[in-house]
Amino acid sequence: MKFVPRVSLFVTCLIDQMFPQVGIAMAEVLERLGYQVDFPEAQTCCGQPAMNSGYPEEARKVACHFLEVFRDAEYVVVPSGSCTSMITHHFAEIFEHDSKRCEQSLSLAPRVWEFSRFLLDVACVDDVGARFDGVITYHDSCHALRELRIKDGPRRLLAKVQGLTLREMEAAEECCGFGGTFSVKFPEVSGGMALTKIDSIRKTDASAVVSIDSSCLMQLAGVIQRAGLPIRTMHLAEILASR
Amino acid sequence: MPDAPTQAFQQTIADSRLQLAIYSATRRLIDHRASAVAQDRLPDYQNLRDHANRIKKHTIEHLDYYLEQLESNVVAHGGQVVFCRTGDEVADFVLSLAKERGASLIVKSKSMTTEEVHFNEAIERHHIETVETDLGEYILQLAHQRPYHIVAPALHLTRYDVGELFSKTLGVPNETVPENQTKIARAALREKFLHADIGVTGANFLVADSGAVVLVENEGNARLTTSAPKIHIAVAGIEKLIPRAQDLAVFLNLLGRSATGQPLTVYTSFLSGPRREGEIDGPDEFYLVLLDNGRTKLLRDPEKRQSLYCIRCGACLNHCPVYRKIGGHNYPWVYSGPIGAIITPQFHGITRDAWLPFASSLCGACAEVCPVKIEIPKLLLKLRSEVTSAKQREGLGGLERLGFRAWAWLMTHPRIYRSLASLGSKLSPSLPKIGPASANCRAWHQKASTNCGKKDRRDDIARTNSRRYPNRIGAGRSPQTGPS
Amino acid sequence: MDRNLYTQLFGQNLEKLAGKSFVVQTPDQVAGCLVDLLSGKRAVASNAPFLDDCGLTRLPEVRTGFRDREELRQACIAADIGITSADYALAETGTMVMLSSPQEARLISLLPPIHLALIPRSRLLANLDELLATIPKPAGQTSSMVLITGPSRTADIEQILIRGVHGPGEVYAVIVENA
Repeated sequence: MKFVPRVSLFVTCLIDQMFPQVGIAMAEVLERLGYQVDFPEAQTCCGQPAMNSGYPEEARKVACHFLEVFRDAEYVVVPSGSCTSMITHHFAEIFEHDSKRCEQSLSLAPRVWEFSRFLLDVACVDDVGARFDGVITYHDSCHALRELRIKDGPRRLLAKVQGLTLREMEAAEECCGFGGTFSVKFPEVSGGMALTKIDSIRKTDASAVVSIDSSCLMQLAGVIQRAGLPIRTMHLAEILASR
Repeated sequence: MPDAPTQAFQQTIADSRLQLAIYSATRRLIDHRASAVAQDRLPDYQNLRDHANRIKKHTIEHLDYYLEQLESNVVAHGGQVVFCRTGDEVADFVLSLAKERGASLIVKSKSMTTEEVHFNEAIERHHIETVETDLGEYILQLAHQRPYHIVAPALHLTRYDVGELFSKTLGVPNETVPENQTKIARAALREKFLHADIGVTGANFLVADSGAVVLVENEGNARLTTSAPKIHIAVAGIEKLIPRAQDLAVFLNLLGRSATGQPLTVYTSFLSGPRREGEIDGPDEFYLVLLDNGRTKLLRDPEKRQSLYCIRCGACLNHCPVYRKIGGHNYPWVYSGPIGAIITPQFHGITRDAWLPFASSLCGACAEVCPVKIEIPKLLLKLRSEVTSAKQREGLGGLERLGFRAWAWLMTHPRIYRSLASLGSKLSPSLPKIGPASANCRAWHQKASTNCGKKDRRDDIARTNSRRYPNRIGAGRSPQTGPS
Repeated sequence: MDRNLYTQLFGQNLEKLAGKSFVVQTPDQVAGCLVDLLSGKRAVASNAPFLDDCGLTRLPEVRTGFRDREELRQACIAADIGITSADYALAETGTMVMLSSPQEARLISLLPPIHLALIPRSRLLANLDELLATIPKPAGQTSSMVLITGPSRTADIEQILIRGVHGPGEVYAVIVENA
């Protein structure tokens, strides 16, 4: 009988709590491609919020839990660039004085995949049979762009979506201003950064802005809503799940 | 611990003229840099960065050795080296020399190091005229302001500001055409160059094997400062060292391009001591003032000492979305932008501007363009944890710490986390934030396989699948690998 | 890079920076190509033998032979144009390299509003890397090595590009092929 590859979803705490439709969309796309998808229920968070706020000890605790939950996973697929890079690039750093956990991190890291990269490099597909009518623009989320070097991948996937037109915005690579607790501690600066981004989005006349990070989309959605603009914020997974 | 100057931030952000000035100046520098380091123009760019990082790492880790070499070569070429632990000592030295020589006029070329130690104020208190000669710095000196940007110090001022300023301070008619304003400054400063007793510069690089100071500029004021007066004093932080003249091939290829997009700035001066026998002009005396002012403190930290690799190109400022919103004057020290954010707490102590390491979204744009590959976001994170530890020691920030402790506990007790989330949704179904969680739990339940946490039972998978998801797309189909 | 292309490349790169470059074959052709540039201008020339070879020092209105610092300074202040040779030139950036010496004073290429440099073709190098390979220890020879890449400029007022701030606002180079 044929072998069915199994992927474990790490949906991230943000998506789990606030944008579950993104996780569901990702699971749908993966299943459509023939993967068996599981959701280890003990999953919570990668620890990034504590790390970024200057609490590495708390981040370590949460990261330890993550390592346990996903220890035996063959593939961990994550609908977030920043969470993926936390796991693949920063776990080894935060465990630098804990050789056992460091080794576990290094062993897990190659099995952890940001969603778009999983599709292109593991599933080896760029066309998932999606359909989405409209003009969209793409926001390059910072960790994905600079730490994971994800730039062309999502664009390749979007190019194969029927009915979709991708129009690049000028400030595609500029930060949206979220930065986790940064948006809470420095709301005026964070908001100012988001406004600059929204300005750039508007110039494309796109009806939606797409990203692989829900945190960015959440940040942009807040400003869009306050400005009363007809722009949707959509995760790449939602676009790819559309038919 | 003082809070961030959020009101000042708001003012700057609300000032649309200023925002436009900052945005367009930095945009210009961003584009010029990008074009200068593009694959077709500088294919070796990433290698050069690696190389520069390694040279700086090596030099910083053997600074005592190279400082000795530098000193002996400066002396061999007829110059003198003065080590200054503090900024005050710099002013003290210059004042005593000026007194000895009967000097009354000093001309200065652009030097962030002298800004750092408030050199001009210290000298002027003793009634020695000291004139900035870089056009932007000259304007700022007349306006009594500090630089807005490492490379473009007066980017926040308009031609009208300059016209008004010149007419008020130089007694000239109010001229608003920049070319004419420049002519006014040129004429005024030429007089100063030609009558100055002492020329004070900074140094972009100190070359150990040559006892030399390298100055990089576009206007010619550094050349005049070092060629017209009889005495040249170069003031430089000890971290400016590079081992050999040949290493300039790496650094000069990176500096101009990273700063302004120029492969080479208009003038690059390689100066080693007073004029030699037979040379017709040049200074008779040369002094190299080496400044510590806390740099040796940074040297002691193996993780953060990479902050000393900085070659002051300003690229991190240009690319920083936070700098581009709040501008240079909202940073607490003379060094602004990402580099300012990492060195200020290290020089001034972590508690003085405790908010500064947090004033970043950690986007990483700075690290991407830093020619010497300083890991700025990583250092910001390190500084953040130092702030929280310091707060704990001082009995502050207890609520936040407790919050994160509770959060970490919750995140390591998933069953309680999930029940709380679904409880939250039951109690306030209208709350969109918590509402989906319980629906989510059900959805996940539908998707989750019972293989979680258990050993692989691959031969059972097909049967399990079709049994559990009879109504869902994909269920009932025979298992496949790869794309459908 | 083909060394034969250096002259052309140097000229192109200097002109990109609003400098101007001439090419002549032999030293005796130099004076001829500079008639317009020099006419009616007070010039100060350095003591470089190459300037003699090119016949520039014999021209009226060209003052040269200065050995005293103060006299030289006064001459430069009064001059419209400073004439020097160049120890090296860098093709890839349109750069002239000048080492301070009894033959070449610093202020001649700095004080007058126009700088003219005569460059023997044999002194043309590819770039900074080649310069530093050729002179790995400039401090062994001189107290000052200056790389001059185009006219003086600033963008300090509203990012508007303005030339001739402190240093010369006009830069000319003559490359002599057979030298």
